[in-house]
Amino acid sequence: MKYAFYPGCSSESTARDQYMSIREVSKVLGIELIEPKGWTCCGSTPAHQTDRILSIALPAANLLLAKKMGLDMVVFCAACYNRMKVANYEIQTNSKCRKEISDSLGEDYDGSVNIHHFVEVLVKYIGITKLQEAFTHSLDGLKVVNYYGCLLVRPYKTTNFDDPENPMIMDSLVTMMGGESIDWPHKVECCGGGFALTRTDIVIELSNSILGMAKAAGAQCMAVACPMCQVNLDLRQSDINKTKRTNYDIPIVYITQLVGLCLGISPENLGMDKCVVSPKPIIEAVISNEQRKIFL
Amino acid sequence: MSIVISKEKKEVGLLQTVKEISGVDVAGCLQCKKCTNGCPVTALVKVPPSEIIRRLQLNAGDSILSSDLVWMCASCEICYSRCPMQIDMAAVIDALRMISIEKNAAKQKGNVPLFNRWFLKTISIFGRTYDLGMIAAYKIGTSSYFQDTDKFPMMLQKKKIALFPSFKADRKYVKRILKKKK
Repeated sequence: MKYAFYPGCSSESTARDQYMSIREVSKVLGIELIEPKGWTCCGSTPAHQTDRILSIALPAANLLLAKKMGLDMVVFCAACYNRMKVANYEIQTNSKCRKEISDSLGEDYDGSVNIHHFVEVLVKYIGITKLQEAFTHSLDGLKVVNYYGCLLVRPYKTTNFDDPENPMIMDSLVTMMGGESIDWPHKVECCGGGFALTRTDIVIELSNSILGMAKAAGAQCMAVACPMCQVNLDLRQSDINKTKRTNYDIPIVYITQLVGLCLGISPENLGMDKCVVSPKPIIEAVISNEQRKIFL
Repeated sequence: MSIVISKEKKEVGLLQTVKEISGVDVAGCLQCKKCTNGCPVTALVKVPPSEIIRRLQLNAGDSILSSDLVWMCASCEICYSRCPMQIDMAAVIDALRMISIEKNAAKQKGNVPLFNRWFLKTISIFGRTYDLGMIAAYKIGTSSYFQDTDKFPMMLQKKKIALFPSFKADRKYVKRILKKKK
């Protein structure tokens, strides 16, 4: 199984752990991920707030690289995933837009590269049978809330990821790993995303509501699929506790880190030491006593 | 709720400009307020999404540009997702942001335009983002030197943020795209 892999800028900085876990998991499952040479930023929120053509040309530039490789594109960051899906949609449905983009890129791109989220690759293309054969460890009844965030599921007609109001793909993965995936209403709420630096007050309000619901649902940990959500919910948890007088202690991990643990990969290799809220309860639930001595 | 509006007497109103930039026609709005009820920042703003649309329809003019939602919208797209008339409200807000910068009306708490400028500047230099560089530039621009300073030693120690930018991107390509924009 071979894909072009777009790691996204945050994989080199605040989401190094996400990158490490994807690489490790792919190695074990035999998924070959090739990064397009010289890949560039997708433009994210600042691009679409500034100029419409720019916000389509930047992701299209990377999709063009994948097209030349003759491969489907695999993405993990929800923002990159969303921007690329929007670019494909606009280019396919709007001929004037396609013309403008080819002017901007200096080459025509037809919007034909298939884009998959890494979780989709795991569940839809590797499949349940193969995954279950590969798992050496179990989440052992760990109570997990799955947080999908905004940009994977919205807008539905463009991303076509899963049910836009009640997605289940990550839940099915958690159940497969022996965890208890909790039903909760904040799966696709917004964490404040791009306001991480500019309006931390909004991030605190929105993330507080998500963490509060996770706690009320009895979650032992939260699984995420977006680097922005991870940073906001993990790094800001202490700020929220301070300003909102709460006492959240919920580890926020990438779903790929949970998959990695169940495949028997060490927490260090999955970058779990980078979590701000200690993921120790998760590691303890997954790894048996003897092995635990080595890791903790 | 009552909305007080003083009409603009220009030939080409804001509504038309928004339509040209975003390609979105807001005429079909039913005022069902699904956008407003789903919007995560409704509780924090004075003017919610459905009201912005009504104001646009009534040609309320440039006063819309100073609505707090314009720079407090988190671009989560729940409004567009749930709209029974499929009005892309997120794109309308993006258009309002562009017009507001052009008309120099963007003066609100938290300098999002400054952040966006530096974000795009960083990717024009490196081809990818560089968090520490952007944060430093934003802090200098807004004189918010002490916000979050307690977090950096921990983040650097955990290698949760990169110290140096990446030099692996095709920088010329991004420069070309950014140049074409203007």
